[in-house]
Amino acid sequence: MSDGDAGLVAALRAGDEEAFATLVTRYHPRLLRFAESLVPNRAVAEEVVQDTWLGVIRGIDRFEGRSSVKTWLFRILVNRARSAGAREHRSDPLGGDVLGDVLDGRFGATGAWIDPPLPWVDAVEDRIVADSIAQRIKGCLGQLPEGQRQVFTLRDIDGIDPAEVCDLLDVSAGNQRVLLHRARAHIRSLISAEMGRD
Amino acid sequence: MLFRRRRALVCRQAVGLMTDYLDGVLSQRDRERLEAHLADCPHCSEYLAQIKLVAATAGHVEPDDLAPEALDDLVVLYRRWRSD
Repeated sequence: MSDGDAGLVAALRAGDEEAFATLVTRYHPRLLRFAESLVPNRAVAEEVVQDTWLGVIRGIDRFEGRSSVKTWLFRILVNRARSAGAREHRSDPLGGDVLGDVLDGRFGATGAWIDPPLPWVDAVEDRIVADSIAQRIKGCLGQLPEGQRQVFTLRDIDGIDPAEVCDLLDVSAGNQRVLLHRARAHIRSLISAEMGRD
Repeated sequence: MLFRRRRALVCRQAVGLMTDYLDGVLSQRDRERLEAHLADCPHCSEYLAQIKLVAATAGHVEPDDLAPEALDDLVVLYRRWRSD
């Protein structure tokens, strides 16, 4: 549980408005970011997140602490998004091997690189560029297919445990890793292209 | 003498194993094959380093700030529910 989350839950149960405001400030932006990967547009995402907070207020007494507060919030969000008509099935095709199509044409017939990745090292050692990678990732998110975006957001951005991600998104462990693999590869490729290093 | 050499990975296969490797779910045999390949292949090592950097840096991606009016609206909602 994040620092202070347990205390916030206890305070919220006791009717502490300040605790509610703190919880909203801490998690609302993350919930909204994830909601945008679940529903068709920002307006619906905002409604779903508002509805999530209503679920939190009503359900706080039933929260048993078996998951983290963060995961509990994301779970309510996913359920609310489904009720609001979120697409049940991801459109990303999971056919083919784990690589997807981002590296098409980069390997020869033997499977060795014919167009290998150019090093980022020089660029990344530049502190300004290194600091901007997070910003670049943020800018790339909207270009990911929705399943990849959902898994990448939960796993790498919000740091949610793989098993909990599978449970939240109702995907197998294997498919979750395929989506994560493709998402990271996709973002790596977009960043490389932006750096002129691909 | 019967001695079966483990078939070495090619780059394409190595790249395909990287997420499972980082998640620690590869079999010992595949992990060893991948690590042997990485020791000999600067391109795959570079690729893995870039993937690791993406994964590690993603945790620093901040969401947009919360709009003050959104917080105000939710606090009003909370107050209303408490008073019901």
